[in-house]
Amino acid sequence: MKKDFNTLSNVIRLPHKYAAGPTFTRFYNGLKEGKIYGTICPSCKKVFVPARSYCPDCLKNLDEWVEVSQEGEVVAWAYSDREFFGMPGKPPVVIALIKLDGTDCNFLHLVGGIKMENPDEVKSVIKKGTRVRAAWNDEKRGHMLDIRYFEPVS
Amino acid sequence: MGKPVAIIGSGQTHHGRRFDVTYPELVKEAVDAVFENTGLSPDDIDGVVSGTMPSMMEGVALTHFYFADVLRSVGKPILKTETCGSTGISLAFTGYYWVASGMADLILVVGSEKMNEGDSQATMTTVLEPFYQRFFISGAPGIFSMQSQEWSVRFGIPEDKVRAAATRISLDHHNDAFDNPYAHIKKKLTEDEINNARIITYPVRLWDVCPNSDGACAMIFASEKMANKIGKKVSWVKGLGYSGEEYWFGDSDKVRWQCAIDAARQAYDMAGIKNPRKELDVAEVYNPFTFQELLFYECFGFCDFGKACDLTLQGTFSREGELPCDPSGGTLCTNPIGATGLNRVAEAALQVTGQAGDHQISGAKMALAHAMGGVDQYNGVMIIGSEK
Repeated sequence: MKKDFNTLSNVIRLPHKYAAGPTFTRFYNGLKEGKIYGTICPSCKKVFVPARSYCPDCLKNLDEWVEVSQEGEVVAWAYSDREFFGMPGKPPVVIALIKLDGTDCNFLHLVGGIKMENPDEVKSVIKKGTRVRAAWNDEKRGHMLDIRYFEPVS
Repeated sequence: MGKPVAIIGSGQTHHGRRFDVTYPELVKEAVDAVFENTGLSPDDIDGVVSGTMPSMMEGVALTHFYFADVLRSVGKPILKTETCGSTGISLAFTGYYWVASGMADLILVVGSEKMNEGDSQATMTTVLEPFYQRFFISGAPGIFSMQSQEWSVRFGIPEDKVRAAATRISLDHHNDAFDNPYAHIKKKLTEDEINNARIITYPVRLWDVCPNSDGACAMIFASEKMANKIGKKVSWVKGLGYSGEEYWFGDSDKVRWQCAIDAARQAYDMAGIKNPRKELDVAEVYNPFTFQELLFYECFGFCDFGKACDLTLQGTFSREGELPCDPSGGTLCTNPIGATGLNRVAEAALQVTGQAGDHQISGAKMALAHAMGGVDQYNGVMIIGSEK
């Protein structure tokens, strides 16, 4: 027979205040104005979004800023219909990699503005290469989720 | 190049929801088992390596100190290695480096995790930085879903074929787990149950995903001098490779996945392997998700890119196939994250020494062990052989 033993409950709460630094601060301020900013590497000429302070490949400091396109193509997406810790909003949720026009990396965000009660509804509209455009919240607070989601360009 | 390194033996705990023991008691089971299985004494050990996933998993930091007594490390040097999902294989690498350097003759390596006491999915959100990626990637399934979708679209593999191959992998491994006395999930499934299971993150469904397991694995790595002195059947580390990529998920190609390709290539070069499908007898591929196992077959050169589904459906990677993969049931059936990669190495060593019991691949002499860590960021591969 299987014996049951005691358990002890314990909660650790660790609040943090992360320093965003000048680059993320400027990027977030751009979101507040409804703009998506990237930075350009002086060496490899790649355009990175969100804006970075250094190139991941050349390690050069990136101080040339560019407002990037709010349109791009879906590279891949994933669908969740159950709530989990840290989910950006209420389910169902579609996260996606999006290649914004003129940039050289994939941007991670949400896809929305479509029917998504089940994955088939998403599949019928969102594919690799589907053109999408940023849809913004009316009230912006300088936050990643000021962009509500990316919706198909009709 | 370092000195030759042998594997004397391993000890695994039973995996599952281990609310019958505390975390150190769980680790003790694996450590006791490795000493019992090898006949060595803790007094023989020169140093100890311990590793887990992020400490938030169990809410105790610096667990190697918490485990100091059960690791039998009092009076000895102790190291901690932590590389997320690849922690276990990195532990084996750490043990290897220590012995290969000539600085030690016998090193005890222990990986562990007790995932059911906390919130593993919430813990995994802390693998992501808070400014950008954490908003969108809260846990592993979303990442692997996007990766598998990108892969199947790139090579034009029809969705129903990918589903069929993933189902075959799930069915095979859940059957295999019955023959592994240490495996966690032992469940008879049908194709219909797998195909129609509830969605985790589409297209990933319940039986495409590993469980949360509690468990530990211990191994002993030895110098050639000590291996000869012990005089028992041992296995040998023939090659190893570990490679990483840029931090941000969107910065690198996860289909022609360079860190997975490079890790395997480095290990094959060191082991002198030219044609892995022919020269390997068995592979313990890290497979927390069925879809990802298919991609690993291609990155490791078991077949060409875009071909893993066809070969899987033909049975090439099943128990009776040309290159059996994860005859232990793999990570898909047992995933105590900090121990998982070390379980792969332990299983590879059991296979090439003929000690794998009911899931033994007959005559296995050369085996691959692998694990992956981070947001698709790192891969490690170790080749274990029966001969030096």
